[in-house]
Amino acid sequence: MSKSIDQVFVNAKQWLLSWLAGSPDWLIQVASILINVFMLLAVFLTLFALISVLERKILARMQNRYGPNRVGPFGLFQPIADGIKMLIKEDIVPARADKIVHFLAPVLIAAVAILTLAVIPYGRNMTPFTIDGGILFFFAVGSATELAVFMAGWASNNKFSMLGAMRAIAQMFSYELPLIITVLPVVMVVGSLMPDRIVSAQAGYTFGLVPRWFVFTPWGGVAFILFFVSGLVESNRTPFDVPEGESEIVAGHMTEYSGFKYATFFMAEYIGMFAVSGLSATLFLGGWHAAVRVLEIVPSYVWFFLKLSGLLFVYIWIRGTLPRTRIDQMMNFAWKFMLPMAFTCVIAAAVWHYAGRGLRGWLWSLFVIVMVYSALSILLDTRRKFGPRVYRFAE
Amino acid sequence: MSNAAFVIIAIFTLAAALAAATLRKLMHAALSFAVALVGLAALFFLLGAEFVGLALVFIYIGAVAVLIVFTILLTRRDVGKDRGFNWAGVLIALAVFCGLTWSILKTQSLSIVAPHIRALTVKRIGEALMTGYVWPLQCVGLLLTAALIGALILVMEEKR
Repeated sequence: MSKSIDQVFVNAKQWLLSWLAGSPDWLIQVASILINVFMLLAVFLTLFALISVLERKILARMQNRYGPNRVGPFGLFQPIADGIKMLIKEDIVPARADKIVHFLAPVLIAAVAILTLAVIPYGRNMTPFTIDGGILFFFAVGSATELAVFMAGWASNNKFSMLGAMRAIAQMFSYELPLIITVLPVVMVVGSLMPDRIVSAQAGYTFGLVPRWFVFTPWGGVAFILFFVSGLVESNRTPFDVPEGESEIVAGHMTEYSGFKYATFFMAEYIGMFAVSGLSATLFLGGWHAAVRVLEIVPSYVWFFLKLSGLLFVYIWIRGTLPRTRIDQMMNFAWKFMLPMAFTCVIAAAVWHYAGRGLRGWLWSLFVIVMVYSALSILLDTRRKFGPRVYRFAE
Repeated sequence: MSNAAFVIIAIFTLAAALAAATLRKLMHAALSFAVALVGLAALFFLLGAEFVGLALVFIYIGAVAVLIVFTILLTRRDVGKDRGFNWAGVLIALAVFCGLTWSILKTQSLSIVAPHIRALTVKRIGEALMTGYVWPLQCVGLLLTAALIGALILVMEEKR
């Protein structure tokens, strides 16, 4: 019974495809792809609508206000109202803007964000796009975001846009390194770039109690935190929303966008957030595996989305608590702390593997990480480095 | 199916490359160059070399295209100006094209039926890189690190 609930979507797709039985192979392939694409868009655009209102609600709760509560029950229909508002707004294109590139930038950024969702396993046998180098696909496609942001900033012909795009590219490039290098230990330990293999490598429980997720190994735990922080930066979320800091450069690369194009940027940002959270759940939190053996009757996709929403809640929580960082501090942090720690994770994972993947390996890899961490904290001496800013050109 | 896909991708790539060579605005040319690279990556996908295709997208779209675009932005003041037709460029392009065609026609592998090889998985590429080609790989890594340090020294703030 639980098995059939677990596979209900897979079976439904098989049933739909069985209507096409007897037709040529390529037609069935195309139909299968279309079903996957449709499901992906339906699920994640709904999630986007839901999370946009939930975020406002949670932030309001943290700031002691009510948040949206006028439209529908508990304000749940707010995204529909927002969508209609965005659609009927005037679409303003600046006279001096590069019309074509200005139009293409939001299209590209949304397409890229949605494409990265395709390689994540959402449940048992539920990967929309199975490919040998799935993880590489994620980062390869995701790297086009930088070009899209640049296009938006350049085509707007506005100095706020250009500054925002410059900042965005600087921070995305810097944090892409730790983001990718923290994935390396997982790929090394599993020996595959396929998300499905990575998930199945995290099956089972130690002592029948603790799930064998990578986050419970020292290198995995540190890599998870580093990955999460880099993910925050990549999705331009609040402590690192320097590229669109409202108090400094209006809205960064989105300054000259209005109406539905602005909404597209907004959507791409959220979908990018879903993709990074989904990938970190896949890599470190055991993907769709259950946390407790007893609860394995709960369908796998429910587990995945539970983990995803947990991570999304932390994103919102951080947004509600932390102020914006300064760009020079951010860059220092990326190159002087994140990158060495990411490399340490790779070494610690190797130590863990060669010390037998047991308790001994666990302690040894913890030792490596603690050593490097304390060495780094002495070397960097944060009190001296992050002192008050010296203004060379102002004053 | 695969032939039709090849023709479509080839036309797409060539159109983008032509646009990159002829468009007036330098920034547009750079962006169409990126589009041409996407076409090339699609060709690799069609041939079953997923890893090479992904690496192409990763390196060329994610890094090289952004680098080119930034170079244009930071160095040119007269981006919109028409610079006239570049005959030397045509000559060089023709020479490269003739050279490539000549060398392709000269090779003997055109007449030999390709041997059946195992599917080119990421794992096999990794194994080859870490065993047979480990020295070239390390040398490239060293070179890139040296380039990175050199770039850092170039932009380092001068102490007064």
